[in-house]
Amino acid sequence: MLSSFLRRLATAIPSLIGVIIVTFLLTRVLPGDTAAYFAGPAATPEAIEEIRVKLGLDKSIPEQFVDYVGALVQGDLGSSLTTGQPVIQDIIDRLPASAELTLFGLFIAIAVAVPLGILAAVRQGSWIDHLCRIVATAGVSLPVFFTGLLLVYVFYYILGWAPAPLGRLDVFAFPPDPITGFLLIDCVLVGDWETLGSALAQLAVPSATLAIFALAPITRITRASMLSVLSSEFVRTARASGLSPFKVIVGYAFRNAMLPVITTLGMVFSFLLGANVLVEKVFAWPGIGSYAVEALIASDYAPVQGFVLAMAIMYVVLNLLIDLLYGVIDPRVRIEG
Amino acid sequence: MNRRDFLKTASTAAVVAGTGVAAPSIISPARADARQESLLIVSENGPNNLDIHGVGTNVPGYEVSWNCYDRLISHEMKSGPNGVPYYDRDKFKPELAEDMNVGDMSATFKLRKDAVFQDGTPVTAADVKWSLDRAVSVGGFPTFQMKAGSLEQTDQFVVVDDHTVRVDFLRKDRLTIPDLAVIVPCIVNSQLVKKHATADDPWGLEYTKQNTAGSGAYKVVRWRSGTEVVLERHEDWKGGPKPALKRIIWRIVPSAGNRRALLERGDADLSFDLPSKDFAEMKQDGKLSLVSTPYSNGIQYIGMNVTQPPFDNVKVRQAVAYALPYQKIIDAVMFGLAKPMFGAAADTPTEVAWPQPHKYFTDLDKARALLAEAGYPNGFETTLSFNLGFAGVNEPLCILVQESLAQIGIKTTINKIPGANWRTELIKKEMPLITNVFSGWLDYPEYFFFWCYHGQNAVFNTMSYQSPEMDAMIDGARAAAANGDTMAYEKDVKDFVDLAFEEVPRIPLYQPYVNVAMQPNVSGYQYWFHRRLDYRSLAKA
Repeated sequence: MLSSFLRRLATAIPSLIGVIIVTFLLTRVLPGDTAAYFAGPAATPEAIEEIRVKLGLDKSIPEQFVDYVGALVQGDLGSSLTTGQPVIQDIIDRLPASAELTLFGLFIAIAVAVPLGILAAVRQGSWIDHLCRIVATAGVSLPVFFTGLLLVYVFYYILGWAPAPLGRLDVFAFPPDPITGFLLIDCVLVGDWETLGSALAQLAVPSATLAIFALAPITRITRASMLSVLSSEFVRTARASGLSPFKVIVGYAFRNAMLPVITTLGMVFSFLLGANVLVEKVFAWPGIGSYAVEALIASDYAPVQGFVLAMAIMYVVLNLLIDLLYGVIDPRVRIEG
Repeated sequence: MNRRDFLKTASTAAVVAGTGVAAPSIISPARADARQESLLIVSENGPNNLDIHGVGTNVPGYEVSWNCYDRLISHEMKSGPNGVPYYDRDKFKPELAEDMNVGDMSATFKLRKDAVFQDGTPVTAADVKWSLDRAVSVGGFPTFQMKAGSLEQTDQFVVVDDHTVRVDFLRKDRLTIPDLAVIVPCIVNSQLVKKHATADDPWGLEYTKQNTAGSGAYKVVRWRSGTEVVLERHEDWKGGPKPALKRIIWRIVPSAGNRRALLERGDADLSFDLPSKDFAEMKQDGKLSLVSTPYSNGIQYIGMNVTQPPFDNVKVRQAVAYALPYQKIIDAVMFGLAKPMFGAAADTPTEVAWPQPHKYFTDLDKARALLAEAGYPNGFETTLSFNLGFAGVNEPLCILVQESLAQIGIKTTINKIPGANWRTELIKKEMPLITNVFSGWLDYPEYFFFWCYHGQNAVFNTMSYQSPEMDAMIDGARAAAANGDTMAYEKDVKDFVDLAFEEVPRIPLYQPYVNVAMQPNVSGYQYWFHRRLDYRSLAKA
């Protein structure tokens, strides 16, 4: 297992190198002049030139690339001009916020979508199947920012059930010192139940927004995959042997239908990270997506490069995990791999 | 780990997570008290640097600097256009200085003996000298702003004794004293910052970027960039009466709709960058206290590049000035929240003031006639560019302009330029037709004209307008103001305003408003030249 793990890891290295080169080049061909932007409203051409030299932007592109890679090797991703902080620090601060939101959203989506998909497959053509179809269509066709604003309008503005959309915590709640950066986990570790409650309340609406978006692909894939497994011979045999319907469906059929669902989960997770950008904007969530967008608008190279790199590493790790999971769930995959 | 184990642990984990969701929600009484003594501000953007002397500090950063640092002098308040307290351009009051004595070629400031920085060290003349030296030396915007008041060299700032500083004038300039009351010449705790200075960073900019080191009424206690800034009152502040609010919490909420929802639900106390449409609607609802004040010395305008045809022809420019849909812009784009700068009656005398309305109004027949006279009876094609960073205003505005110009035969293509790119494009001075805003901190007509119309061709002279006659009048007004020659000054100002309207390289549309929305229990808002908030006067009932 270890050797296959290492082999799998080695294949990720070329893609990471590719990502580094491509993001570097892409950020350089972006329109906009960083120096002019940061020289401020009243800058003279000399002042802009001064800033250009200060930022090292007067050097040729290959020279800049060597500087960048040199710093990268030492773990230095440069500094963001929009936030004024080192990029690595920004990512450490913000990635957990995004990850917490995405994972929580994904968790809700799985909790709703998988049972719904299974039921839809088992009772094909029934009202629950139609419900499944409606949910899937609605989830896919509503843009995330729209669902987000709608939920804020209904649950915060009209009903007043949800807390103010002001980010991860209520304004007057004080966060525990970051241990993992995941607020929920930190609160539990410190035993600060009041803050935990506040954090969960803040998390509810944005993660529901993401969950609505993620429901569709998961339900559809669960349903399709269950349908094909349910019509297979071993299920028929299991039924014929008089096993309880629950045992047949969950114990045999679903376990065999899980592979495509897991693959979809990996994809959905990456979609969600993208959708996050909009959700973070709507809920003032201090995540990595809104950070990258702001940097992009300001032609601030370092955070954009740092963001893409962080995302690339996350995808590599995620795909690795999914590959390993395949092996755990279905031994046949492991042998073939 | 084998497959069975994995599946078992996965299902146990799911059960644990499922039951763990229900959490107690207790609101502690301490939180309710904190709410009473704190002000929650929500805005679209937050600071990127806590020090205005830093590289590329953005406008929200100026607000932090204004409230966390003191200057030698500040402005008195007067009653503004809408009854709101408005800074008095001509009256100064001491802040860190207790006395100011302006001589012919220098000004002497006596410092308060009891003033202390936020870490408890007393404020001395050495701190003042170091801070002013810093402002003229760091380069970029702060140095540029100091230069606007002829404050250029470190030897202009002289320590007389521990509590006395003299500022020598390079030349006579009316703007020198006002320039000492803007945000830039703030007094920094030099001993503290020097400890953090390095050879690469002799002015300690890296330290003050993250920390406030002033003697001002507030200090930053927590700053998470892009998320929130928390400021607390400096209890030993000596620069004025003790501020009412103990804590300011400034949260960044990018979505305008949510900022409005937060205000209307009563969760946020104050917001000041809402779109005009929301603001106009909230005004009708009447639930919140809303204040609109016109930008001092600022206008939104249409600029035409006079170096290239067809806009090198004054008749074409006048034709455009008669073809703009002024009132429609005020109504449909600004929802009435702007002060018109057009359509003055033909017999209105020119005033010694800026901005003031010009005499053009929408008259398409006149525009067509002028265009024909200029030799373009069938019009021409051009591009109209705007900054996407302010798309909320610029986009509908440009569409109205495009539609109106089409009626006199001028076909325009709209060119949307991303915020990051806008300045680069402005500096190139190649865009034929643009809309833009300019506003100056120092509210003097000659200041505006020096940047926007003078032949020195600064970035803000976006039209590349150059006229020896204009330059002579602007320079004349500056000299007359420095020497106190009111007659000559007034004549020059009136003349350059007349010439600017006659030649119309830039067509003023309106004076934008600063729109502030507050809960009814928030009081003490003051309008300042920098248009940001002064927390010191705010209070919550």
